[in-house]
Amino acid sequence: MAFEPKREEKALKYEELRIYTDEELKNYSEEELKNFKIKHETPALDELEKGPWPSFVADAKREALHRKKLDADRMMTDKDAVDDLLGQLQLSFDHGETHWKHGGIVGVFGYGGGIIGRYSDVPEKFPAVAHFHTIRVNQPASKFYNTDYLRSLCDLWEYRGSGLMNLHGSTGDIILLGTTTEQLEPIFKDLTHVMDTDLGGSGSNLRTPSCCIGKARCEWSCYDTQAMCYELTQYYQDELHRPAFPYKFKFKFDGCPNGCVASIARSDMSFIGTWKDEIRIDQEAVKAYMAGDIVPNGGAHKGRDWGKFDIRKEVINLCPTKCMSLEDGTLKIDNENCTRCMHCINVMPRALKPGLDTGVSILFGAKAPILEGAQMATLTIPFMKVEPPYDNLKELIEKVWEFWMEEGKNRERLGELIQRFGLPKFLEAIGVPPAPQMVRAPRSNPYIFWKEEDVPGGWDRKIEDYRKIHKR
Amino acid sequence: MPTINVNGADIEVDEDGFIVDPDSWNEDVAKYFAAQEGIKELNDDHWKMINYLRDYYKQFQIAPMIRKLCKETGMSLKYVYELFPSGPAKGACKLAGLPKPTGCV
Ligand code: HEM
Ligand code: SF4
Ligand code: SF4
Repeated sequence: MAFEPKREEKALKYEELRIYTDEELKNYSEEELKNFKIKHETPALDELEKGPWPSFVADAKREALHRKKLDADRMMTDKDAVDDLLGQLQLSFDHGETHWKHGGIVGVFGYGGGIIGRYSDVPEKFPAVAHFHTIRVNQPASKFYNTDYLRSLCDLWEYRGSGLMNLHGSTGDIILLGTTTEQLEPIFKDLTHVMDTDLGGSGSNLRTPSCCIGKARCEWSCYDTQAMCYELTQYYQDELHRPAFPYKFKFKFDGCPNGCVASIARSDMSFIGTWKDEIRIDQEAVKAYMAGDIVPNGGAHKGRDWGKFDIRKEVINLCPTKCMSLEDGTLKIDNENCTRCMHCINVMPRALKPGLDTGVSILFGAKAPILEGAQMATLTIPFMKVEPPYDNLKELIEKVWEFWMEEGKNRERLGELIQRFGLPKFLEAIGVPPAPQMVRAPRSNPYIFWKEEDVPGGWDRKIEDYRKIHKR
Repeated sequence: MPTINVNGADIEVDEDGFIVDPDSWNEDVAKYFAAQEGIKELNDDHWKMINYLRDYYKQFQIAPMIRKLCKETGMSLKYVYELFPSGPAKGACKLAGLPKPTGCV
């Protein structure tokens, strides 16, 4: 079923929404930039303008100059925000320490998250960054934009913020970097009323979901990652905007096991596309690879001479389950023993394709080290069909949340709860029978809990009965 | 640190407007904050939440988890936001004079 948006997308026209004229946008020359000095001495930062990689310092200085030349009444925040940010950063380089105060609780009415409050601990030196709050803006799935949207957002942010952004935050949001408390509600109003855009998540809630590029531009995607990401984001708006969980919770959607959004490492609930049937083989294309007519891996290793493509060495012998073979020039795959690692498909994309009976594997519990150690996600649902409106998925998600919200301790990630209770308890809570695919290896210790009902006679035993047979 | 003046008494607050010393709280402080947090008038349910938070904090020196707060006051999260538009943390805890919530907000 094709993706159907629930409501029509508002088409934004930059010409109607723009705040600044072309002259204002291009208000300095390269000559001026060369001679431009920001308010503070920044010797350490200046070093970072050297070298070939795009320099954040050079970019920030452009913005500082641009703001210097804009009329002060064409901005709602301090003109010197970028100057002072660089000044404070230089001070941090000198001290080897941060100069932001601890914490900060700001926000917009109706929501419990989305904005990260931040205050300078040297506001007398750098008054323009005394308040420097970050706004998380929910990005479109896979981060496709048109310039009307981006230019409108840039004008808004120049007008009400520092003009600095992070494209994008690690979770996926557009990050608007640095504004004052007074501007938060006006920005939120402009975002929602004009830009038809909402805030992302922060706090003990569902954070902004994100997905790989998926079916938009990748022939390996086993489901429509964007559609699922969008639908679940919309469906769980309440959980995203109003923290109700013991701690944060993240969804990420990978279209296949290559993991281009790293869902297995960076989401509490990781969705990874896969297939149940056979890898599709185009034998003619296999021959073309063997003959050297098509470069392996889409040409990814062209930077070095690795010799002529050798299908045995580069594919068949590298298959982790050794389930491939070459018989009379024909490539064979024993699909029963294939673990869908993607290697052969990655090497010969024009000859091999994922199967057609596709769905997702669902893994739980990935997290960073704090408190109980880093975790990658654990396979829990080997295969699930996913079709809009994803009712089966929503049912599962809600069972997971119910269990975690009931049992989770304050600031306990789902992965830690599963560790504390054990995978069997988690499976029971979400109504999934245990399966061999859920473990890498069976346990090596014999500390095995049994349920009383599974043991003949149960736990109630009388020592007297025992003594009839065993003397003291 | 900035201060607010409630009925002639100066009370220390941080940048986010949370009072620094929970013992400097009184009912007038809650009324003073109400306007800033989008609340016209404090009704019985507001006070029920405020008193619950203060009692919990006195007992455990920590704010309750949201789920506990909803369960023990019998209010849904939706209703809590109706009472306190900026939510249980920035709204209710601030009015109740609890220390500023911390962590990965
Ligand atoms: C035929 C009878 C028994 C045999 C053959 C037996 C054997 C063993 C063995 C081999 C261990 C070591 C397990 C390990 O590698 O850590 C062990 C540990 C232990 N056994 Fe027994 N045991 C018997 C009866 C009992 C009884 C009746 C009790 C107590 C009433 C008992 C209490 C313990 C305790 C407390 C440990 C230490 C567990 C631990 O490492 O934390 N055993 N036993
Ligand atoms: S995760 Fe797979 S489907 Fe998604 S973009 Fe990467 S390779 Fe393509
Ligand atoms: S996907 Fe991986 S496991 Fe399956 S046949 Fe290809 S290389 Fe082998």
